[in-house]
Amino acid sequence: QKALFCISHAAESAIMVVNSVHWFRKCLRLHDNPALQEALNGADTVRCVYILDPWFAGAANVGINRWRFLLEALEDLDNSLKKLNSRLFVVRGQPTEVFPRLFKEWNVTRLTFEYDPEPYGKERDGAIIKMAQEFGVEAVIRNSHTLYNLDRIIEMNNNSPPLTFKRFQTIVSRLELPRRPLPPITRQQMDKCHTQIGENHDLLYSIPSLEELGFRTEDLSPAVWRGGESEALDRLNKHLDKKVWVANLEHPRVNTCSLYASPTGLSPYLRFGCLSCRVLYYNLRELYMKLRKRCSPPLSLFGQLLWREFFYTAATNNPNFDRMEGNPICVQIPWDQNPEALAKWAEGRTGFPWIDAIMTQLRQEGWIHHLARHAVACFLTRGDLWISWESGMKVFEELLLDADWSVNAGSWMWLSCSAFFQQFFHCYCPVGFGRRTDPSGDYIRRYIPILKDYPNRYIYEPWNAPESLQKAANCVVGVDYPKPMINHAEGSRLNIERMKQVYQQLSHYRGLSLLASVPTIQEEAEPPMTDESQTSSGPGRRRPD
Amino acid sequence: MHMKRMKEGEEGSDGSPSKSPPEACKKVRKMSKELEAVAATESPDGNWARLPQELLLHIFQYLPLLDRAYASQVCRGWNQAFHMPELWRCFEFELNQPASSYLKATHPDLIKQIIKRHSNHLQYVSFKVDSSMESAEAACDILSQLVNCSLKTLGLISTARPSFMEVPKSHFISALTVVFVNSKSLSSLKIDDTPVDDPSLKVLVANNSDTLKLLKMSSCPHVSPAGILCVADQCHGLRELALNYHLLSDELLLALSSEKHVHLEHLRIDVVSENPGQHFHTIKKSSWDAMVRHSPKFNLVMYFFLYEDEFGPFFNEEIPVTHLYFGRSVSKEVLGRVGLHCPRLVELVVCANGLRPLDEELIRIAKHCTQLSAIGLGECEVSCSAFVEFVKMCGRRLSQLSIMEEVLIPDHQYSLDEIHWEVSKHLGRVWFPDMMPTW
Repeated sequence: QKALFCISHAAESAIMVVNSVHWFRKCLRLHDNPALQEALNGADTVRCVYILDPWFAGAANVGINRWRFLLEALEDLDNSLKKLNSRLFVVRGQPTEVFPRLFKEWNVTRLTFEYDPEPYGKERDGAIIKMAQEFGVEAVIRNSHTLYNLDRIIEMNNNSPPLTFKRFQTIVSRLELPRRPLPPITRQQMDKCHTQIGENHDLLYSIPSLEELGFRTEDLSPAVWRGGESEALDRLNKHLDKKVWVANLEHPRVNTCSLYASPTGLSPYLRFGCLSCRVLYYNLRELYMKLRKRCSPPLSLFGQLLWREFFYTAATNNPNFDRMEGNPICVQIPWDQNPEALAKWAEGRTGFPWIDAIMTQLRQEGWIHHLARHAVACFLTRGDLWISWESGMKVFEELLLDADWSVNAGSWMWLSCSAFFQQFFHCYCPVGFGRRTDPSGDYIRRYIPILKDYPNRYIYEPWNAPESLQKAANCVVGVDYPKPMINHAEGSRLNIERMKQVYQQLSHYRGLSLLASVPTIQEEAEPPMTDESQTSSGPGRRRPD
Repeated sequence: MHMKRMKEGEEGSDGSPSKSPPEACKKVRKMSKELEAVAATESPDGNWARLPQELLLHIFQYLPLLDRAYASQVCRGWNQAFHMPELWRCFEFELNQPASSYLKATHPDLIKQIIKRHSNHLQYVSFKVDSSMESAEAACDILSQLVNCSLKTLGLISTARPSFMEVPKSHFISALTVVFVNSKSLSSLKIDDTPVDDPSLKVLVANNSDTLKLLKMSSCPHVSPAGILCVADQCHGLRELALNYHLLSDELLLALSSEKHVHLEHLRIDVVSENPGQHFHTIKKSSWDAMVRHSPKFNLVMYFFLYEDEFGPFFNEEIPVTHLYFGRSVSKEVLGRVGLHCPRLVELVVCANGLRPLDEELIRIAKHCTQLSAIGLGECEVSCSAFVEFVKMCGRRLSQLSIMEEVLIPDHQYSLDEIHWEVSKHLGRVWFPDMMPTW
């Protein structure tokens, strides 16, 4: 039957029955969910779905920690919906096959979902919107995954995404504040569109287990990062409490403790949408204004959020953002192809304890500190192994809980000096940088237990320890722990030459200055705003000795 | 970054020579007059086949190799133009294996054609190889066949791991020797990271001592100080030299400063530690002084890759270094010595230092290194006040100021939000520290 269809928000029609389906993808939360609110608005029935293809699980580049986090988030949603007298419908399959079936079965008249700014997401959603039109289903989409409307930012930058963070901050500072977050949906709202849950609900629409997705769970240690909106909101409160207690809103100091997973860390929850970025934004803003007597906060307060926004903006119109070839912003660098070396790096067998500990933590827990990311990314690419950042990005995609497609690809390009006009001279030494970040060596001992009896002097470079010491520590390099896979001095010497070659060809620079080889971008030349200070985001800094 | 086709007058991917703009303009004007004449007399269809060879050559020089190759298939005339010697003076052989590189390789048939028809036209040649030994061996095979060549420039460039080092030494040396013996007018030679040795350098010198101007041979482990000294003694036109520190000697510097020798323009030295606690010899101040007297404008570029405690022999006396890069952590003390003993310093780049602020050291450098125009600081610490003082003292001569954000420590005078204003003021342009994503 031909039903009326409209893309924009439909006024209530007394004759038409409104059966809504809200499609969860990211944005796995009931708070600040404008699209979900639209699903409920004037609806007779509402069903919240999540579409999942278990077969795809095995083929996808997604590790066990990421799946577990997602499943926990789905379970949390289901529990929250239960309290509102509803349930989560996990539908197995692909959206393009699932929706036609559901549209018919449930007589769907309205489909709502959160806007996904990533190129793959836009393409997928374009197809679904078209399909919805054909079925006479009204498609309502709302933006809540990013603070701002990314297209607006691009428009304000002469129709091109800002390629330096400074420029991005300048543009953002001219925008209005992000839209205020919406409250969570309520029991009263849900009661108006109460939907009967079938007795066979758990049979048809249950959340799969890790085993069903093809994972072995016998030896799986408990999750360090528990997925879900409840956990996210709990952490948010603790995060804000900590900021007050430390009385330092802007520049968190980095010390050894920062390397370990923090009970107030929020990045995976932002990625999966268990926590709304706008909720975090406004909470930080209000806290700052309370503590600093109503003074407007500098942009540096929102460092983490703005970096995320920056990469999303850079990526939204660039389907080739995650590769070197065909990517207009990526420098074409003659990376080496070396699967053996890549595997050693990915599996934490490089022979450099600092690198191996970080990669071990990443694989075991799903999160590592940003300085640790710099260290391993540099080691893989321009620092030591000269392997493509795309390979590193894929490993992070598999293992890292907070790896958004845009943020992960963008960060890897940044760290490998493949884009964004980065200077390439500062190389993170796989021995020295580790030692300076954690002089106690405890981080190494925790994640590479075989090295625990090494003294601090040699724990970052065990191959330099005298043989007697190695034997006494019950860990002989080359036998119990790998030899270093590369000579760092020689490797970094070679690589700096390579980078220089590439950049000099790019910038047509013929001089001797290392710094001048990197071209500067025109957009930097613009003077900043006069009133607000447009400055850097809060960095991590080591505690002075 | 696809810039090849857009830029006129620049080197194409295959290394076609660029003409200086005024010359090119003159030629184009001349040619367009000819073209007008042709157009005026002939029917529109006949023009393209009757373009004068000179014009064709000029146009072909702007085309990347692949397009030129397509053009050569159009008709006999254009095919002949494709093979004109002028188009084959420069060539860059790209040798890559799909298993070890993302880059495309020069087609083997094209390589065969070049060797067959154009080896005696080749003058400026480079080889870009990936990390596989096959690519390096292929380069050596081509070199061995360049018997009729009189090369002016030869460059052996590894784009990833140095695969020339994996080729059996004798194979490499014999291939290289073919070029040295046949060329006799080599002016520029880039053989970094290769197994070149002293005897082959002797052959180079025996045949090319009058013409050699540039020699880059960093990380050539089979060369000894005596081997390079031989080059300096005989090749009096040498202007640019790049080598590792272990090849540097007082004798070498004196040879480069001898009366017969031209002014040196550029000396690049890599100081690399193989093992911790490695001992490095010292160079006498008098040798450096001789260099400066002989070549007052020469640039001394030094890249250090040492452990912190290996810097003992360095910077204890005045040294005329102009561009200094510390690729690993360097101590506060050494940076203090740099401030005292490097009056000609133009660029200083420090990868890492440590946890103690470099305030005094930076101020000292600002004071004594009056030529300093570029500075880069990575993993270091400097208090904001000292940094502002430093910038104030250097003023507008600092054209490159690349400071990682984490370097600057806010103090009672300046916060991070305020510092970029102060610095921008003294620099006379908008400045921000370098940032890293914190996600």
